[in-house]
Amino acid sequence: MSWILALPLLIPFVTAIAVFLLSNSPKMSARVSLAGSLAGLVAALFLFAEVASTGVVAGQMGGWPAPFGITLVADMLSAIMVVITAITAVAVALYALGEIGAEQSRLGYHALFQVLIGGVSGAFLTGDLFNLYVWFEVMLISSFGLLILGGRPEQIDGAVKYVALNLVSTILFLSGIGLLYGETGTLNMADLSRVVAEHPDQGMMTLIALLFMIAFGVKSAVFPLFFWLPASYHTPGFAVSAVFAGLLTKVGVYSLIRAFTLIFVSQPEVTHTILLWVAGFTMVTGVLGAAAQSEFRRILSFHIVSQIGYMVLGLALFTPLALVGSVFYLVHHIIVKANLFLISGISQRMTGSGELYRIGGLYAAAPLLAALFLIPAFSLAGFPPLSGFWAKYVLVKASLDADAWIIAGVALLVGLLTIYSMTKIWAEAFWKDDPSGRIPKAPQDGPPLWPCYAAVVFLAVLTICVGLVPGPFLAFAETAATQLLSSDAYINAVLGAQE
Amino acid sequence: MEFLVASAVGVLTAGGVYLLLRLRTFPVILGIALLSYAVNVFLFASGRLAIDKSPILAKYGEASYTDPLPQALVLTAIVISFGMTAVLVMIGLGAYLEADSDRIDIEDTEEDTGA
Repeated sequence: MSWILALPLLIPFVTAIAVFLLSNSPKMSARVSLAGSLAGLVAALFLFAEVASTGVVAGQMGGWPAPFGITLVADMLSAIMVVITAITAVAVALYALGEIGAEQSRLGYHALFQVLIGGVSGAFLTGDLFNLYVWFEVMLISSFGLLILGGRPEQIDGAVKYVALNLVSTILFLSGIGLLYGETGTLNMADLSRVVAEHPDQGMMTLIALLFMIAFGVKSAVFPLFFWLPASYHTPGFAVSAVFAGLLTKVGVYSLIRAFTLIFVSQPEVTHTILLWVAGFTMVTGVLGAAAQSEFRRILSFHIVSQIGYMVLGLALFTPLALVGSVFYLVHHIIVKANLFLISGISQRMTGSGELYRIGGLYAAAPLLAALFLIPAFSLAGFPPLSGFWAKYVLVKASLDADAWIIAGVALLVGLLTIYSMTKIWAEAFWKDDPSGRIPKAPQDGPPLWPCYAAVVFLAVLTICVGLVPGPFLAFAETAATQLLSSDAYINAVLGAQE
Repeated sequence: MEFLVASAVGVLTAGGVYLLLRLRTFPVILGIALLSYAVNVFLFASGRLAIDKSPILAKYGEASYTDPLPQALVLTAIVISFGMTAVLVMIGLGAYLEADSDRIDIEDTEEDTGA
């Protein structure tokens, strides 16, 4: 049983060691990295099937009984996130075949990438707060390495901010853990769920909850804690920024969802009201920030911020339908955003720049790329019948059902402004002619472009599938939301049935 | 004892926050180091302060031991924050050598020539 839980962690780390030993042979290590990612996807799907058929799966590492040992636990939400992580890993590993050169491979790109995937999967699977901190650090330290790989000045400039702000968030997270342990004497999430609810000093619990909210808020880049994200995400390599954009902030959102459905639910009128305001401001500032930008990846970075607002919105409304929306949005967003960053990479390799005013003519030179851009761009803006439409539809319906008219209006307006930014990219990069008159073409030197296209097509097909057949995906999200709202199954799976 | 530890955490945090708000890399790194010391001491104190007690329960029924878990947690946290500080120093050093100044914002990063 616990093998199924441990494999999505073990496979990336074993692959990381293998590609590290192979780092002198770039071709080989890229292929091994892809093979490892595919194996990880198979393991994740096994875990998902197990969770879908038998409910929450839990295992104790080292054989210590919960709540003393370190628990790995997969409910529907964790299983979904692990699968989507593995899918992103496969797409980015495939893309890396066409982007990562010998030099970056020698510097350890593939090994760091696999460690990052392992850290992200670990954060999704752990059932212990301190262990979550450790996975955060695994993730962070590999992301530092990936961020500065190549060592261009703007990369280091972005990295300083990214590192400093993330370390501050880590410190807040640790002090939250210290306070919580001092008050309750446990760090096992399932155990905390019971102990916190019965704690006599609910004011103190809410205070601790706010510390966690800030710590996870920095990680998930919500207003007003998001400034590190647009300062750094446009600087690293494209494969790196795609995996960052897809996964890293989503770990923060996942932690928020986990903490504020399982542990801190005793004073929702405080915590979830704050989350609702945060969600609204995050959506609006993100999309307005994007409107002011003119660089491909900076626009996309601000859109990450704005989209995080939607996911937090679902959590803040805290109704079954809203949580379905949040989970569905997480899945949709990871696929679409990673894809858009990958497309920006192909665009930059063909045109030589990411500055929209300096490039153009991509539609004439690469109609396939233009078509492929439209799929995730429309999905991000919420056009039917793509995945983003269903995600937004569920969330807006949930806010209307909860009589939250204003936030529903904000969500719709932000969707409209998203179209503005996507249109800007379309008009500048694809539609207009290049201002300097050069025609974009595939680079003659360097790794081939076809793996990049393959990765983009893979993710675009997924977007269309989720959009055309949303039924099963919504059903999975519904199971996840049900498990989140009635945490008995989770607690019983971890601690054993009580009485 | 409580007062001493509490004020140590307070002073370290105050110093850390002050340094963190500087605009140069070196004070920021020092600030983060101070903050992580503060949080480590804090985490250690979350198991309650007890003097001359072993962290191992000697005999059942006799409650004279100190909580071993925060000690284990703080060891992990110290190792991790040491590693993080080392990485941060390397990045800061890289930024300094690249720009000949340790300002947080490297100037002229707008000029993206593309890869």
